[in-house]
Amino acid sequence: MCLGIPGRIEAITATEPLRMGRVRFGGIAKEVCLATVPEAGIGDWVVVHAGFAISVVDEAAAAEVLSWLRESP
Amino acid sequence: MRFVDEWRDPEAARGLARRIAERVTRPWRIMEVCGGQTHALVRFGIDRLLPEAVTLLHGPGCPVCVTPTATLDAALAIARRPEVVLCTYGDMLRVPGTERTLADAKTAGADVRIVYSTLDALALAESLPDREVVFLAVGFETTAPGVAIAVAQAEIRKIVNFSAIVAHVRVPPALEAILAGPERVVDGFLAAGHVCAVMGTAEYAPIAARHRVPIVVTGFEPLDLLDGILACVTQLEEGRHEVENRYARAVRDEGNRAAREAVLRVFEPVDRTWRGLGDIPHSGLALRAAYRRFDALERFAPQVGASRDAPECIAGAVLVGKARPTDCPAFGKACTPDHPLGATMVSSEGACAAYHRYRSVG
Ligand code: SF4
Repeated sequence: MCLGIPGRIEAITATEPLRMGRVRFGGIAKEVCLATVPEAGIGDWVVVHAGFAISVVDEAAAAEVLSWLRESP
Repeated sequence: MRFVDEWRDPEAARGLARRIAERVTRPWRIMEVCGGQTHALVRFGIDRLLPEAVTLLHGPGCPVCVTPTATLDAALAIARRPEVVLCTYGDMLRVPGTERTLADAKTAGADVRIVYSTLDALALAESLPDREVVFLAVGFETTAPGVAIAVAQAEIRKIVNFSAIVAHVRVPPALEAILAGPERVVDGFLAAGHVCAVMGTAEYAPIAARHRVPIVVTGFEPLDLLDGILACVTQLEEGRHEVENRYARAVRDEGNRAAREAVLRVFEPVDRTWRGLGDIPHSGLALRAAYRRFDALERFAPQVGASRDAPECIAGAVLVGKARPTDCPAFGKACTPDHPLGATMVSSEGACAAYHRYRSVG
């Protein structure tokens, strides 16, 4: 229940009364509330917790850390 | 899946484990706070990759596990009312109350439903105007925005037959409680990444400074966890005690402003009792006066007797890192996921469930 899962916004499905979108997690897509990530649009990745996006994934930060981690001797 | 698979690269994981081993000169005890992290650590065998000197302690970060039996008993009493539809997350159904579980109540005829999101419960209330839809809200700061938004919507849209049992808890006061005893059991913390994604990192700086303890904001995949442990060990070896964000892809220092504002508008901090940790000041969230009419405990004033836990269950000690699940005499014998005696054996984030699943006895 408390696991945050990254998914990609496929569509914005509503703006009122709450901003909602269809978010794809691998093989499945779910209707997710985007009210707290107003800056996120189609194609962005968000971390979703129990039906609510809580954070927009910073792809540049992810790439930077990952390349640093993979450099390990 | 992107942002998952590449963070499970076994070769990079071994490289990180090597770096940790090179850096360690003496024993350190690091507590991961979040149950999701406990689960990943055990699942991927990360504890076994680490040098002997690094001990991982599993923290209280399983919201289902720290929810007191009394709260569950109150939910059971409310669910018994004929007009009530009790909604909650799937994990709560099999958690033992004093006498029985919500799943038992459902079998006995109570209308108990699992929902994915608080908005599903709200939509149910709209579609069933003659019923009372009650959402049992457990969780840390991660799920609090969803509950806050549902309550705020109920108020705006005048959905009067919706209410919530708010059992939300906050992480920072729990860290304080763990550090408070005379005997220090933890040298460094891996802070729960998604809690910080919502609330930011500001609340942790005073704790790190006061207790001279490094607090490393950490993600949930194997490379995240190893990277967090490496950062924590590095600070400890260098005598530093800072808040360090190693989960930059999801966590901004200021958190998620809109989510934090939703939480603060609807909830206020209150003292709360935790299973295993007892009473902790300011460690819970409760509805503010302006929203209190959505409080199911006020609306239904459930009558419950004294609550009791299974006497053999040592989950209280497990939740504060003082015992491992395998130290419990009931583990894997009287207590299994099919016949759980304590919440830590039920929840997918509970330490007992993680050990049972991935380190099964026999
Ligand atoms: S194994 Fe079962 S009885 Fe023992 S501490 Fe865990 S939940 Fe409680």
